[in-house]
Amino acid sequence: MSDTVTLKINGRTITASAGSTLLAAAQSANIYIPNLCSNEELTPYGACRLCMVEIAHGKRTRMVASCIYEVAEGLEVQTVTERILNVRKLVIELLLARNPYHPRLLKISHELGVQASRFKEDVKGCILCGQCVRTCREVVGVAAIGFKGRGRTRTVATPFDKAPADCIACGSCAYICPVKVIPLEDKNNVRTIWKTEFPMAVCKKCGRPFAPEKQLAYFRKIANLPENHFDTCIQCR
Amino acid sequence: MKKLKSPGELAALQAEIRAGRDPKKPCITICAGTGCLAYGTQKIIECFRQEIDKQHLQDRVQLRTSGCHGFCERGPMVVIHPQKIFYQRIKAEDVPDIISKTVLAGEIIDRLSYVDPATKQKIVYEHDVPFYKRQTRYVLGMNGDIDPACIDDYLAIGGYSGLSKALSGMKPEAVIEEVKKANLRGRGGGGFPTGWKWESTRKAAGEPKYIICNADEGDPGAYMDRSLLEGNPHLVLEGMLIGAYAIGSSQGYIYVRNEYPLAVHNITLAIEKAREVGLLGENILGSGFSFDIKINRGGGAFVCGESSALFASIEGRSGEPRAKYVHATDQGLYNKPTNLNNVETWGNVPLIINRGADWYASIGTANSTGTKIFSLVGKINNTGLVEVPMGITLREIVYDIGGGIPNGRKFKAVQTGGPSGGCIPEQFLDMPVDFDELAKIGSMMGSGGMIVMDDRTCMVDVANYFLKFLEEESCGKCTPCREGVLQMRLILDRICEGQGKEEDINTLEWMGQAIIDGSLCALGGSAPNPVLTTIKYFRDEYEAHIKHKKCPAGVCKALITYSVDAEKCTGCHACARVCPTQAATGEKKKTHVVDLGKCIKCGACFEACKFDAIKIL
Repeated sequence: MSDTVTLKINGRTITASAGSTLLAAAQSANIYIPNLCSNEELTPYGACRLCMVEIAHGKRTRMVASCIYEVAEGLEVQTVTERILNVRKLVIELLLARNPYHPRLLKISHELGVQASRFKEDVKGCILCGQCVRTCREVVGVAAIGFKGRGRTRTVATPFDKAPADCIACGSCAYICPVKVIPLEDKNNVRTIWKTEFPMAVCKKCGRPFAPEKQLAYFRKIANLPENHFDTCIQCR
Repeated sequence: MKKLKSPGELAALQAEIRAGRDPKKPCITICAGTGCLAYGTQKIIECFRQEIDKQHLQDRVQLRTSGCHGFCERGPMVVIHPQKIFYQRIKAEDVPDIISKTVLAGEIIDRLSYVDPATKQKIVYEHDVPFYKRQTRYVLGMNGDIDPACIDDYLAIGGYSGLSKALSGMKPEAVIEEVKKANLRGRGGGGFPTGWKWESTRKAAGEPKYIICNADEGDPGAYMDRSLLEGNPHLVLEGMLIGAYAIGSSQGYIYVRNEYPLAVHNITLAIEKAREVGLLGENILGSGFSFDIKINRGGGAFVCGESSALFASIEGRSGEPRAKYVHATDQGLYNKPTNLNNVETWGNVPLIINRGADWYASIGTANSTGTKIFSLVGKINNTGLVEVPMGITLREIVYDIGGGIPNGRKFKAVQTGGPSGGCIPEQFLDMPVDFDELAKIGSMMGSGGMIVMDDRTCMVDVANYFLKFLEEESCGKCTPCREGVLQMRLILDRICEGQGKEEDINTLEWMGQAIIDGSLCALGGSAPNPVLTTIKYFRDEYEAHIKHKKCPAGVCKALITYSVDAEKCTGCHACARVCPTQAATGEKKKTHVVDLGKCIKCGACFEACKFDAIKIL
């Protein structure tokens, strides 16, 4: 198998590396496809459905999520058709009913010409893109949070909604959240996340709190570092 | 029991079992399917046992508890072999009579016989009952001859001969070729050609290969797979064994709902028995082919019937679908080539191998061969499971087999394909029922649910019901299904409450198409179907709700009021007696009234009035 494939996106011939997704191929060719649940550091997930595109499939066309669908030789892809726009408009309207405020959602709705959601609002903030869950599991490697419930009762939660035993308070979930709805607060040498308080390690030189103790312990463990490795903060090191 | 080491030994065992049975010996077969058990059949079984003991008939009479016979409307029922005398709606008190009069003296007990409502004729034998007569019961018909706990019963009717035939003379490719030639299509919903699927899995790179039986039947009102697995588990095992041999798999799974305890019990027992006689395990019938089966009990999520969610569930993860841009035949369970077929599909396989593809393909239509089991429920006289050749018309199913609509009411629609199927109106009653014809009119075969509706069914309310079911069963992973189905349901709620807006119909149609186009799996991809088909065929009902704030079927409470027709009211006081809020009142023999201030619209007066004097407006 060759390392690159040639395909057409919106009539333009594009070369992409084999195994990459249509979304990645489009992005590297500066073709914009809106998306919310995709992140190049994470396993493709295909949940928000904003990045739907149409591929030619014989005489018929087929709707696929570009963040999961892999490039293939000779594939013909359209990224803006009426059918696609209808799905995107529906998705953004539905998400606005959950989160009518966040600039990122408002920007996408503006691009699609959607003025406001006509659906019944039930503001939850979280759009269930799952980036936090995947980051915690795949990047951090602890899987302290996950999905709970199904359908409209689905939420991101800690096990049994209790203080998360495996959480290292690194805050990656809050950082990656595209709509910034995971609260994280650092106050009085304590980080509060997932309704749980985590003590911060204090720099032995400057006396400032610089990272949660649990996170440092986790780093020492996975990198096999000595006990005193994180005694000082990054500025004093 | 000794393990069978060759096809010859299997044939010898079948012959030995048959030889040991006297075909003239009376056998009382009691339907112990889930429906009849719910009617209290267990007690009747005990009575038969006691009566047989009491009269010391253990050697002269056989008692068999079988799986579902299909005519659930008439349970509890027994069939007395060899004549196949059919008794229905029997009670424990009837047991001594059945034994003394019918079994011992050959008398027919008139009060227990079925009377055809159409001709008022008494029908003595099972095969003369119109409900059965118009069916073609190749798959389900075996249920009546089998005690699912008794492998001998299955062997006695030639069970496992199909497997034996495949193992002794056919190459795996030839088995696949036969299934392809028979044109068997998946009975679980998609209608994908089974032989092609098997071939793809066989040819796919990667070991081991898995085969799975999908018994996660969850459509409201559907119980075909349940009854087959409960009533004839060895048939399903034999089908899987043949499939595993053809595909080159040594490990199979049965994914069955835990809410089907009898199915779980019977299939577990069947697997144990099959292992005992060497029909599962190592070197089956001395052929060198080895295969075994594990049972996975599902936790009751409808979405787990979807292949990728089912794999996730078996693997121990939460049952959520993933995008199927790679076929399961290449990467399915544990990312290995996997062949997933539905219970009924597996149940058809032994027939094809035993009787040949040409025979099988001669049943049904060119592109939909064989028979299909439907669960005929709703507003229908003969509720039950029916097995018919593909291509039969809806009219034959509803009227000839189903006996039409109860209480002389008018047929309105039939919902096929479960919650994500479509509502088919009267104008299509003469359409042949097969995979392609149903798809053409916006519905689908699905797994075979068939819900009949009469003129007192509100189509907006029906669409709302199915949508609510799917809203609750959506896994919630993708936006269109999780949020879209919810919002569609909220709009329908509003319409049913008389708050519908002029633009709602257009919005629903637009949303429906976008949800179909945008959803991750087939659950969302078909969820809008009930709404879209009811709008297509019953648009006037939606408009009546929205524009005129009326529910023509008289169902949506916010849009109806009850009143008394003074000319028809005889003052019998029946309405007043049943009214729970004293809204219906009046002096005896004088016209009654309904006080709308007190009325809670429960409809009790309407049901109670024998003179059609209560009107829904």
